[in-house]
Formats: sequence, structure tokens, C-alpha cells
Amino acid sequence: MQPIRTIESKTVVLPSTNIDTDQIIPARFLTTTTKEGLGKQLFADWRYDSAGATKPDFVLNRPEATGCSVLVAGRNFGCGSSREHAPWALVDFGFRVVISTEIADIFRSNSLKNGLLPVVVDETTHQWLLANPGAQVKVDLETNMLTLPNGTSVTFPIESFARYCLLNGTDELGFLQQQADAITRFEQGRA
Amino acid sequence: MNAKTLFEKVWEQHQVVPETADTPAVLYIDLHLVHEVTSPQAFSLLRSLGLKVRRTDRTLATMDHSTPTDPDEVFGRVPIKVESAAKQVKELEKNAREFGVELLGLGSDQRGIVHVIGPEQGATQPGKTIVCGDSHTATHGAFGALAFGIGTTEVGHVLATQCLLQRRPKTLAIEVKGRLAPGVTAKDLILAIIGKIGVSGGTGHVIEYRGEAIEAMSMDERMTICNMSIEAGARAGMIAPDETTFAYLKGRRFAPQGADWDKAVAEWRKLKTDPGARFDRVVEFDASMLEPMITYGTHPGMVVPINGSVPTRVNDPVHDKSLAYMGLTGGEKLAGKPIQVVFVGSCTNARLSDLELAASVMKGRKVAKGVRALIVPGSQQIKREAEARGLDKIFTDAGAEWRESGCSMCLGMNGDLVDKGQYAVSTSNRNFEGRQGIGARTLLASPATAAAAAIAGRITDPREYLQSVAH
Ligand code: SF4
Repeated sequence: MQPIRTIESKTVVLPSTNIDTDQIIPARFLTTTTKEGLGKQLFADWRYDSAGATKPDFVLNRPEATGCSVLVAGRNFGCGSSREHAPWALVDFGFRVVISTEIADIFRSNSLKNGLLPVVVDETTHQWLLANPGAQVKVDLETNMLTLPNGTSVTFPIESFARYCLLNGTDELGFLQQQADAITRFEQGRA
Repeated sequence: MNAKTLFEKVWEQHQVVPETADTPAVLYIDLHLVHEVTSPQAFSLLRSLGLKVRRTDRTLATMDHSTPTDPDEVFGRVPIKVESAAKQVKELEKNAREFGVELLGLGSDQRGIVHVIGPEQGATQPGKTIVCGDSHTATHGAFGALAFGIGTTEVGHVLATQCLLQRRPKTLAIEVKGRLAPGVTAKDLILAIIGKIGVSGGTGHVIEYRGEAIEAMSMDERMTICNMSIEAGARAGMIAPDETTFAYLKGRRFAPQGADWDKAVAEWRKLKTDPGARFDRVVEFDASMLEPMITYGTHPGMVVPINGSVPTRVNDPVHDKSLAYMGLTGGEKLAGKPIQVVFVGSCTNARLSDLELAASVMKGRKVAKGVRALIVPGSQQIKREAEARGLDKIFTDAGAEWRESGCSMCLGMNGDLVDKGQYAVSTSNRNFEGRQGIGARTLLASPATAAAAAIAGRITDPREYLQSVAH
């Protein structure tokens, strides 16, 4: 996992509320047995027409979207299926941060494990971001601050351990493995 | 001793290491269910790190999601049509063999949808922690288990360590007063609950469903309720175990036997939420006035009574976009709308009682011309039981298709698809854009409403059909 410290980028805005993981990556692409290359299928049914041709006016297909690593989405992003293919696809496409007022639990947890930072902001900040696509923002995980181009900064909540892992690019599995003795004691205690 | 909720009791019994400000709790997992779609990358991780599955005896795998439901494909008479799905099936067979995990695979007569077979095999039990790389793992909470969906990275964590890192969620009590009227089902109740609290109303919470209507339900119905907890944003839904739960489990393959059974039941009885225990939130609901429900939009919270109209909203582009996808207009009545597909299946509504309900509507009748009706049992065992009761005959005589078990049309990845623009009344749990196929228009409802729609060829109140059956 790539560590995250600060990300500075223009935003891409998808204002729909309740964007579910079936939209982020449709089920027919889940027959893969690897994690790689899913960026092509990100938002497939919105990005391509039924013949598979790219829809030029969809925001992710516009030239401005190239190189953007911050996605701003409507309320309740990532609801529905637990498929980790959703953050895999977002990261493969180039996103490192998603911003919304509400981010669904399993998606949030999956994102944190893949170097994708979920940032929950207040309604006012969200409205500003939705109204200003392409705004140059700065997300600083060392200070938990999101800074808008007008200089306003807001803090965002993040679970302390997940933050530690993201900052250092460490994987939770290592930490769990260090608990082996406690796990064994727990198992013996119940037997 | 202070009063505790069901959730708190199960949580506290499974903390290997309690949470601190800096680190989440290390939570022990009693049962890990595995399927073909969300596990390949987790097994690959184990392989690349040279790790083993810590507790193969607590791990149970099956195939359901990308697995076909056509008998010729299932039993290998013809190759699996979706090539990448065939590869995934092979991959799970290989992983199960290599890591020593029990697999109820393609040929197994115990195979089925992962959330159907856990309870059916008696592996799902009160007080257990249960996870699966699937958001509908909440289904198992119907037994008083703490059951939730995880991502593939976490599937790897559980395979390797039998534990997960978790922050303690909040608790939400949904108190359901009164009893459901005849012809109104558990599915209608959970759809109405989601409509009320919203699709993110349960985010960050574990729901406990309580009250008279819940206590009166069978295990099949309780599973339908808990199954859709995630549709309200909650990762888990729980119901306190009681005599109904114990009677269901007794004698099943993984259930404790003999003296162990009595000991287990004595422990399970203690799991109920103590009087006076506090929930972070409480929502009350009256079941007695409820009618059959149906969704009209592109998330499960967009739901109205069957005789209701599509709501109108001013200045709501998201609502408008959803209606445009569905080909519906605000103010329009749903009843009478022609439909093209009916799907009775999925981990929400493909258990024996669901099939019996659908059969009671379809018995002696014919599926309307131009309607494709697909009936897919939740497991091979349910399929056999249904056939022993002659339900398959009722369905096929009516002109419906009767399949091998699997997720089927619940999600478009196994070849069972709704075509673009078609309306499908489905007993599954998600009406998201494209969920049942590109451009598919899903209307979620109960098995009774789905079966009635198949006969009528349009959306209709199932109570008319159920009443005529009773006579
Ligand atoms: S039936 Fe549908 S919801 Fe249930 S596990 Fe299968 S795909 Fe998921």
C-alpha cells in the first residue's frame, strides 16, 4: 500500500447521492481473480455506452479529469455491496481521496486498506465542493485537514489506527499477526 | 451487574484484545463463510506470504454468486457459459483443496447461497461472530449472532488469524409493535423500515429488531428482515434467540448434539438484551397498519405501498434521474403497470416458505403471456424439499422456470439477466441501476407480490390472489 501524507489535486465531482458499489464497478466485472486493471471498468455503465464506446461528456472521460486524485461525491457514497473491487477500481484509476458528507461503512473500511482516504466533511464544505468542480484542494493526513483554494481549512475525522497505517503504508495484517499469542490464549480459554 | 444489549454481550465475549484510543479491538471470529467472488485475492495473499488458514474448522466455503443455475452447466454436462465465472469456480476449488477448507462445491447437494446454507447446516448459531466477504452476512443475525460483511483484505485477515480489527459500532433498536396483517410479509416490513429510516439511516450501527411482530416470526422471516439491514446502511442486524431459534437449529449438521445441546441452549438463553439496557438510538414502528410494499426507484429506500403512487419531488434532480432510469413519472400509480420479468430468489427470499408462498399464488394459474418468471431456490436442499412438496410442478405447470440454486438474477454476473428497459418484480434486495443487468428496471417486493405479478403480467396487490387460494 502506498503511504498517504498530503495530496494536492483538482477535484472531480459526481454529485449523485447514494452512489452504490454496483455503480462504482458493476457485478459482471467481479469474475476477476486479481486486483489489477479494474480502473478501466470504474463506473463502466456511466462511462461507456451499450456498444462500449466512451461517452465524451461523462465527467471521468473529460480531459480535465486526467491526473485528478480527489473525487467529490454526493451524500452516502459507497453503499451496497461489500466488493473491495470498488476501491481497487478507484485507486487503479488514480484516485487517492474520496470526499462526501457520508461514506458507507464497509466501503470506508475497504478504502482504508487500499490507500484510498475517505474524507467526511460538513454540509457547507460539501456544498462548496459540489459547486466548484475542478477546485484545487489539499488533503493533509498529518494534520487531518482539508484546505480549499479560498484558504478555508476544515478537519476531518479518521480512525487513529487506520490513519497510522495510511501514513506509514503499513498493512493491518502485520499487527494482527503480532497478536498471535493473545489469540492462542483466547482460543484455549474457551475450549 | 449493568444491563447489556444482545450486541454488547456477543461483542464482549469475542474481544481478544479490547479497543484503545490508538487501536481497534481484536475481535475473534467463530465462523468464516467464503464464496468464489470475494476470496481469490485473499487466498493469493496468503499464498504470497506463505501463510496457512488458521482454523479450517471455522471456515466453510460454497459457490453461489457467479455460479450458473442452469442444471447442464452446474452438473458439468456443458461448460459454464461465462468463461471468467468458470475460472473463478475452478480457483475456489483449487484454493479449498490447497488450504484444506471444506467446500460445498458445484456437485454438492448441500451447496447454495452462502447466507442460506450457513443456517441450514446449523453452522449459524446464537452468540457467534460470523463474517463473510459479502454485505448480506447480516442475514445470520436472525439467530442472535453478530454477523457482518467484510472486504477481501479482511477475508485474508480472518483466514490467516481468525480475527479482525474492529471499532465498536453503535446500537440501534427497531421496535416493531403490533402484528402483520394477512398477506403482508416480512419483506414488506423490512422495505417499509428502510423507507422510514433511509438507506444510510443505520450507518455505523448494529440494529436489533425487537417487538411483537418480530417475536411472532419464523426463522425464515427473521432472516429476510436481518438480510436487508445493510440496505439501511447497517452492517449487522440481530434478533434475540428464542424457542423458535432453538427449534430451527436442533438436529442440524453443525448444531451441538446431546448434552452439549442443552448446555448450548442454556447459554443462548442468556443472550437476550437485559431489561433497562441502553441503545444509542431507538426507532419505533407499527406493523399492524402495514400493506404490501414495492420499490419504484433505484435504491431500496424508494418504496411505497402496492396501491400507492410514485412520489413527486420538486427540485430534486437525483430523484428525477432515478425515475428517468425507471421510466416512471411522479404521481403515476404502480398497480397496473405491465412487467416483463419476475424473479423469486436470492438470500432475502428463496427459502422454502418463500417458495411455498409464491406457489400458493401460482397454483393452477398461468404466468401471463410475455412474462419470464424465474424461480431459483436458495440452496440444493431447499430445491429437494420444494420438489418433495411438488412446488416445482406448480411453477413449471404455470410456465415458470425452475433452476438450480444460486444468486442468479439477484446480480448480473452468472448469465441470468434482465434485459435493458425491462421491468422485473424481484424478491431480491437491491434495485440499483444495472444490478440485474444493464438498463434493467428492478421493483423489489415479496414473493407473494412477485408471483401475483407473474400471473397478472402487471404490478398487482397480491392479497387478491392469496384470498382466492384460501377458499
Ligand atoms: S443472493 Fe444476491 S444479495 Fe444474496 S449473496 Fe447472492 S448476490 Fe448477494
